[in-house]
Amino acid sequence: MAVPDRRLSETDARLEGLRMPEGGWAAPARQDALARVQAMGLPQRRDEYWKFTRPDTLAQVEPPKAGLFHSDEAPMYDGIDRLRIVFVDGVFDAAQSDDLALEGVSIERLAEVGARDIHWAKDLYGTLEARGQVPVARPFAALNTAFAEDGVLIHVTGRPSRPINLVYMHQSESSDAILHNVIKVDAGAEATILESGPAAARFNKCTEVDIADTGRLHMVRSQGRDHERRAVTHIFARLGAESVFKAFTLTMNGVLTRNECVVELTGDDAVAHVAGACVGDGDFHHDDTVFVTHDAVNCESRQVFKKVLNNGATGVFQGKILVKAGAQKTDGYQISQSLLLDGDSQFLAKPELEIYADDVACSHGSTSGAIDEDALFYLRSRGVPEGPATDLLTLAFLGEALDEIENRDLAEHLLERLNNWLARRR
Amino acid sequence: MLEIKNLHVKLEEEDKQILKGVNLSVEAGKVHAIMGPNGSGKSTLSYVLSGRDGYEVTEGSATLEGTDLLELEPEERAAAGLFLAFQYPVEIPGVGNMTFLRTAVNAQRKARGQDEMSAADFLKEVRARAKDLKIDAEMLKRPVNVGFSGGEKKRNEILQMAMLEPRMCILDETDSGLDVDAMKLVSDGVNALRSEGRGFLVITHYQRLLDHIQPDVVHIMANGQIIKTGGPELALEVEKNGYADILNEVA
Repeated sequence: MAVPDRRLSETDARLEGLRMPEGGWAAPARQDALARVQAMGLPQRRDEYWKFTRPDTLAQVEPPKAGLFHSDEAPMYDGIDRLRIVFVDGVFDAAQSDDLALEGVSIERLAEVGARDIHWAKDLYGTLEARGQVPVARPFAALNTAFAEDGVLIHVTGRPSRPINLVYMHQSESSDAILHNVIKVDAGAEATILESGPAAARFNKCTEVDIADTGRLHMVRSQGRDHERRAVTHIFARLGAESVFKAFTLTMNGVLTRNECVVELTGDDAVAHVAGACVGDGDFHHDDTVFVTHDAVNCESRQVFKKVLNNGATGVFQGKILVKAGAQKTDGYQISQSLLLDGDSQFLAKPELEIYADDVACSHGSTSGAIDEDALFYLRSRGVPEGPATDLLTLAFLGEALDEIENRDLAEHLLERLNNWLARRR
Repeated sequence: MLEIKNLHVKLEEEDKQILKGVNLSVEAGKVHAIMGPNGSGKSTLSYVLSGRDGYEVTEGSATLEGTDLLELEPEERAAAGLFLAFQYPVEIPGVGNMTFLRTAVNAQRKARGQDEMSAADFLKEVRARAKDLKIDAEMLKRPVNVGFSGGEKKRNEILQMAMLEPRMCILDETDSGLDVDAMKLVSDGVNALRSEGRGFLVITHYQRLLDHIQPDVVHIMANGQIIKTGGPELALEVEKNGYADILNEVA
């Protein structure tokens, strides 16, 4: 059996190079996660779940080098009042970070409190990740739980007045960062988490989100523009009754990105929206893999993903809605669309519905297309040159995904960044 | 103003000649109408002049105030002062009507070396023009032509024309899909734009529109050529007897 041997030897080689933080409340969870990843092995090219995205550079011992991207653009979310927590190549940077104090929320660093014996995060750390390993294995997430040296533990108890911005800066061409965040939202509490930056040459990030009944969490992330960076990220979210979870991701550039989002609706009347917009030009591979499980009555889920691909860029979408028996009155929606700006770009989509309840409304759709020539001519006939006209239509295409962001100021901010990105490429 | 000489046009992808030597000259301040049966090449003429893909000019020329239109990109033709009111205005989901108008106005100003219009001036101008055409704030906010009725789309075309202030306006079957009231509204909008320095080419099947927008010259087009030219009475003749008499007469 050559294949399993190879998987095991490659997995062992990767794990050997990593150091597990010792002791503290997280130790048992880390050991369990190590056992999981050893049993599963890291993904191989032939794995069905990795059919469209090559895992080798994410799994190999050393990350390929990633050159740094220099931009004179203002920092992401500039002008938005926010609490900044800065990591540089995965290492916390106190000097650039704000004081981790904000009313209505407690913020701690995994590296600082990990050695304690008792912590609220103990019940969650690795727990939601482990639940998300069934029915599909997500070995990189287990690896993350086992070896993450830092990250943030955010407990939202009220309604903090401003968003928390996790800033992931990238300054070393060969950095390999692993961060693990845990976010717990109490009943009636509500917060917005912003994320930004490329983080490292290779970034493995895992975020576990637990939202109690009636809690609300908004996450908006922008993955940084370094062309050669690689990332494999996971979000595991568990939603209580009448809770709301909305996550949006903007990706501009990056040679390889795999974003997995696993959502479990466990309380009645919960709402989960997962959306993303990406633009890629040239050496760009972007994979959104989403798995939403409805396990309660009258829940709503939406997946809205838009990809603009140019010069041979590749977009991938694997999205699944699983409606368990008894999850009646489920409203599930899924759309993935690509705008292919040239003939060399490709979009690979695998939409899936699996339904075991009989009173549900689920729909899914996936499309690929070029710029609408009639619309382009119409704009040009009114005096708008081809380049700006194409940009206008491209932004209009992405708009439907950006509309998923509840905060309009944030949506406008992201739109502006996209507009600049497009303008620079003309 | 608009000079078309011996214009021959074929479809790019098939060997089909559509225009077979069109000669036409529209003077500033005048309204010319082109009438003709289906398939005579009227719409093709409007598309070729505005620069749509898919057509190949095999012979002849078209100039606007001496500028060779056929050498220009569609946006350059617009900046040179040409405007086509579409027979079927295009729906553009996701682009707000106001954004669209402002982008177009400023793109043309930029092409002519003028400063962009300030947001306040633009808003004031749009509101005034829109009011005349009974276009409400809601219609200005909606995506371009999306969910508009036939009448709303045509009024929206005239609003664009009013904002862009072209030198030469081509109206391609602007009356199609309009009820009597809408036709009046659109015609009033067009008549308000008639001026000394502006030429109009109105393409239509029916004389009815020409009751509202009274032409100075009427041309009959058939089989890719203009076969007869006359005054407004020519349109009345068509209305009364159809095209058959004229076609026979020429043949």
